[in-house]
Amino acid sequence: MNALLTPALAPLCWLTVTVGAYLVGVLIQRRLRGSPLANPVLIAIVLVGAVLALSHTPYANYFQGAQFIHFLLGPTTVALAIPLLRNLAHIRRSLWPIGAAIVAGSLVAGVSGLGLVWLLGGSRQVALSMAPKAATTPIAMAISTQIGGVAALSAVFAILGGIVAAVAGPSLLKLIGVTDWRVHGLAAGTAGSGIAAAQAASLNGTAAAFAALAIGLNGLISALLVPLIALLWPH
Amino acid sequence: MPVALTVLLGFTLLGGVLASALHLPLLGPVVGMFALALALGLRLRWRRRDGREDIPVPAALGRLADGLIGLMGLMFIPAGVGVIVELGVLRQQWLPIVVALVGSTSLSLLVTALVMRALLRRQPAADPDAASLDGESP
Repeated sequence: MNALLTPALAPLCWLTVTVGAYLVGVLIQRRLRGSPLANPVLIAIVLVGAVLALSHTPYANYFQGAQFIHFLLGPTTVALAIPLLRNLAHIRRSLWPIGAAIVAGSLVAGVSGLGLVWLLGGSRQVALSMAPKAATTPIAMAISTQIGGVAALSAVFAILGGIVAAVAGPSLLKLIGVTDWRVHGLAAGTAGSGIAAAQAASLNGTAAAFAALAIGLNGLISALLVPLIALLWPH
Repeated sequence: MPVALTVLLGFTLLGGVLASALHLPLLGPVVGMFALALALGLRLRWRRRDGREDIPVPAALGRLADGLIGLMGLMFIPAGVGVIVELGVLRQQWLPIVVALVGSTSLSLLVTALVMRALLRRQPAADPDAASLDGESP
């Protein structure tokens, strides 16, 4: 297959594989009636990973094509301003609960991420890459580099954490009796950033707005808090 | 649509320039998101002052944003596939990694929800059903 791929076609090939894998994930989830267990992002990552392994393609070659999709994360993060504005009235009414809840969630995510890795004998590098994982992927990578973690690991943890929140979130929130879409969206965005937010957004517009706000504010708060939390690691 | 695309890319660029020029501990897109929200908020205020129709977001921008946000999951795949480079570390330290990912994410989700709910309940002015107005119940 690699012989057929001229340098001009290879990026297009990996773009198509990525979008196709995502489509397969979406179709599987639809088949299972929207079950959060069949997360399309997770399915796609496994599929693309398998294709790369089978075709002996290095990740860097893959990313040369896939970066065009990765690039869209920037403008899409900016686009989160729109659900935010559509729900300005809801948000304005509860600014103080929103701020306090995100600070609490961000603090718990950082401290427990670092602490659990330490308790179970993980390395300092893994712990410091775990601490910023609740922030949205690009922010988690930036914080990780700053505090001595590994950016790629933080990206992976942020995405896997997002998948955990998307998969377990709805039932966990049901367990404690959350029926308010504002609470649902805010918790999803704080603990699971973009992926959990995408899941919440597919359920309800108000949840999307609160998730968007949580992603933005948690990015800000994590950037300030996580470097302090990192100092907790015993020297 | 060309206007909407220019607005989104323009604010992404603006956010990046502001974040690096002011040495903000934030990434450009997040700064861009708050800047765009502020700009749309000001626009809405001016429209109201001039007695024009109350549209919070221009229609084309709304459609473009909804389309992109609907595909947000797709955009995490390229970075997520990076997991194949880190398989060694993941295999070696799978137990702390799995426990921390599941434990810390669940704890953070629950604490955020509990704090938010407790504080919302103490707001007598807020309508408890406000959030279910525009959609299906959970």
